[in-house]
Amino acid sequence: MNASTRSTGRTVWVAVRTMALFTVLLGVIYTLVLTGVGQLLLPAQANGSIVRNADGDPVGSSLIGQTFADADGNPLPEYFQPRPSAAGDGYDGGASSGSNYGPENADLIAAIKERKAQVAEFNGVTEEEVPVDAVTASSSGLDPHISPEYAAIQVARVAEARGLSVDQVRELVDQHSNSRDLGYLGEPTVNVVELNLALDELED
Amino acid sequence: MEWLFAISALLTVIVILGLAYRPLGDYMAWVYTSQKDWRVERGLYKVIGVDPKSEQTWQAYLRSVLAFSAIGLLLLYGLQRLQQWLPYSLGLPAPSEHLSFNTAASFVGNTNWQSYSPEVTVGYTVQMAGLAVQNFVSAAVGIAVAIALVRGFAYRRSGTIGNFWVDLIRGVLRLLLPIAVLGAIVLMIGGVIQNFNGFTEISTMTGGTQTIPGGPTASQEVIKLLGTNGGGFFNANSSHPFENPTAWTNIFEILLMLVIPFSLPRTFGRMVGDNRQGYAILAVMGTLYVASFSILTALESAGMGTAPGLAGGAMEGKEQRFGIIGSTLFATTSTGTSTGAVNSMHDSYTALGGMMPMLNMMLGEVSPGGVGSGLYAILVLAVIAVFISGLLIGRTPEYLGKKIGPREIKLASMYILVMPTLVLTGTALSFAIPGVREEIESTSIWNPGIHGMSEVLYAFTSASNNNGSAFAGLTANTPWLNTALGLAILLGRFVPIVFVLALAGSLAAQDKVPATAGTLPTHRPLFVGLLTVVTVLVTALTFFPVLTLGPLAEGLL
Repeated sequence: MNASTRSTGRTVWVAVRTMALFTVLLGVIYTLVLTGVGQLLLPAQANGSIVRNADGDPVGSSLIGQTFADADGNPLPEYFQPRPSAAGDGYDGGASSGSNYGPENADLIAAIKERKAQVAEFNGVTEEEVPVDAVTASSSGLDPHISPEYAAIQVARVAEARGLSVDQVRELVDQHSNSRDLGYLGEPTVNVVELNLALDELED
Repeated sequence: MEWLFAISALLTVIVILGLAYRPLGDYMAWVYTSQKDWRVERGLYKVIGVDPKSEQTWQAYLRSVLAFSAIGLLLLYGLQRLQQWLPYSLGLPAPSEHLSFNTAASFVGNTNWQSYSPEVTVGYTVQMAGLAVQNFVSAAVGIAVAIALVRGFAYRRSGTIGNFWVDLIRGVLRLLLPIAVLGAIVLMIGGVIQNFNGFTEISTMTGGTQTIPGGPTASQEVIKLLGTNGGGFFNANSSHPFENPTAWTNIFEILLMLVIPFSLPRTFGRMVGDNRQGYAILAVMGTLYVASFSILTALESAGMGTAPGLAGGAMEGKEQRFGIIGSTLFATTSTGTSTGAVNSMHDSYTALGGMMPMLNMMLGEVSPGGVGSGLYAILVLAVIAVFISGLLIGRTPEYLGKKIGPREIKLASMYILVMPTLVLTGTALSFAIPGVREEIESTSIWNPGIHGMSEVLYAFTSASNNNGSAFAGLTANTPWLNTALGLAILLGRFVPIVFVLALAGSLAAQDKVPATAGTLPTHRPLFVGLLTVVTVLVTALTFFPVLTLGPLAEGLL
C-alpha cells in the first residue's frame, strides 16, 4: 500500500466515524430533545392545533382547511366555503399540493371560468364580485383561510341557510378575521375552519 | 398601497439582517479562527481520530470533503433502500434505486431537490437520521469550503488552508445547532408541528373524514432553511400550514435563510483584516437581492397572462395568509440563496415572474447565495472582475494583496463554466435523446407547450445550482430525470468545490504584495458596480438564448 492510498483509507475511516456520530447527535438526539420540548411546553401547536366541537371530539385543525360539501361534493350552503384545493380530491392532508398549472394552461383557464360562474351563482352575486382567492387553488391545497372579500359575499347565503340574521353571521366573521400580522405582513384572512366551527356551536 | 407593504416587509428583513451582520459575522470569524477547542469537541476529535491542531494542504482538505460526502451519500442511499425494515417508517416501502440515488445526491449536495412526495415516500427514520442530518452537515461543508477560500486570501506563504474536520464540527456545534434549537422552538410557537403521530384520521364537521399528518417537522424545518437546504417535510414545502403557519413565521423563515449568507461577508472582511472588503461584497449581494425582489413583485402584482387576468390576480398556487408579497419575498430569498424551499408554486407564477427565480439561480446564486457557497461563488466572480478591470484599464490584477495570475484565472474560469454546462447540456439532452424526449413529453412535463420546456430548464437550473426548488408540475421521478438531475447535483456541487479549494491553496501559498498606485481598490463603489455588472453579464450572455425559448417566449408572445 503506498502512502496516498493509506492516507485516503484513513480519511475514509475518519469520515465513517464522523458520519456515525452526527447521525446519532443530529438525527436522533436533536430531534428527540425538540420533540420533548414541543410536547411538554407547546403541546397544542406541536400536535397540530387540533380544534374540537362542543362534545370535545376533534373535528380538524385550525391550520388545515377542509371541505364543506355533501357526499357528492356539492358545497353546503350553511357553511363558508374555502378556496379550491389541488390536494388529492380536495383538502387531503396526506397529499398536500398546488395545481402547478401555468398561467396559459387551458385546463386552468377553463377551471377558473367554471369556478367563477359557480361561486357567483351559489352566492347570488355577479361574476365581477367574485374575489381572486375564490377561483384559484392555493399552494398547499390545505389553505385554511379565505380573504375577507370572499367571506363577505358568502354571509347572506350562510345566514339564510341557517336561519340566522345577516348581522349575527357578520359578527362571527369579524371574530374570526385576522388583520395582517403586525399590521403589515401578509394579507388579511378569515379562518374558514374556525368560523364554521363557531357557526355550528352557535346553533347548539 | 401594495407597494408600501412590499417595502415595509423588505425593510423589516433588511433591518434585522443589518442588526445581525456584525455580531453574527464576527461570531463566525471567531468560530473558524479560535485556537481553543471546547471540551466536547476535544472528545469528538478523539472519537473520530483527528488532531485538531494539524492543518491540511488543499489536497488533503479536498480529500476530506469528498470522503465525508461520499460516506454520507452511501449512508443515505442505504437508509432509503432499507426503509421497509426501519422503525417509524409508516409502512412505506423502499424508494426505487434511481429515486434513492437522486435523493441521496440531492441532500448530500445541499440541494434538496425532491423528485418524490414526502408524505407517501419517506418515513420518520429516513427523514430524521438521513435527511435532517445531511441538512446540517451539507451546510457545514459549504461554509467550511468558503472559510478555506477566505484563509487562502488571509494566509501568506502557507502550505495549508485549515482543517476540514475542525471546520465541520465547529460549524455544526457552534453555529448551526444552537440557532436551530432556538429557531425550532420559535417555529413551534407559531404552530409548526413536532410529534410522532403519523397520519391521523378524524371526522370533520360535515361528517367526512380528513387525514391530519404528523411528524417531527419543526426540527427539520429550521435546519432546512438555516442551512439553505430546502427539502420540505411535506410535499407542499413551506406553503404547508404545518411548516409555515402564519405571515410572521414566513418572515422568520426568510430570515433564517438569509442570516448566515448575508453575514458571511463580515466574517470574510474580518478574517482578511479589512471589514470594508466585507461591506463591498455585501453591497453586491444586497443590490442583486433588492433588484430581483422588486422586479418579481412588480411582475406578480401586475398579474399578466390569461389565467391571472381572468381570475383577477396571480393567486393560483399562493396562500392567502402570505399574499403576493409574502410569496415573492420568499421566492426571491429561496432562489437567491441555494435553499429552494417554496411557499408558493413557482410553476403557476406569471410567465415572466416565473423567470425571476430561474434568473436568481442562473446568477450562480450570489444574492446572497447558499451558506458558504454564496460567499465562495462571489469571491470567484470577484477574481474575474479584478482580472477584467485589469485588462480594461491596465491595472495589475490583484485582489486583497494576492496576485491574480494565470493559474488563478484558469481555476476561476473553470468554476464559472461548470454550472452553465450542466444546465444547458442536461436540458438539451432531455429533448435530444429520442427515447428520453418521448418520456419527458408524455410523462414528465405537466403544462403543455412552451411552459413545459421551462419546467425542464428550471429543473436542470435548480439541480446544477444546488437549489432544489422546481416548477413542480414536472414529474421528475423517472429513471432519466432522477439520474441526470442527480448527476447534475453532484457535479454542480463538487466540481466547483475542487476548483475553489485549488484556488485557496494557490492563494495561500502566495506572499502578499503591497498595494501600489496601480492597485484597484476593491472596497469602493466602483468595484461594487463592476462586480455586479460582471455577475449579471456572465449570466445574461450565457442564458439569454435559452430563456427566449422558455419564459420570455411565453411572457412576451
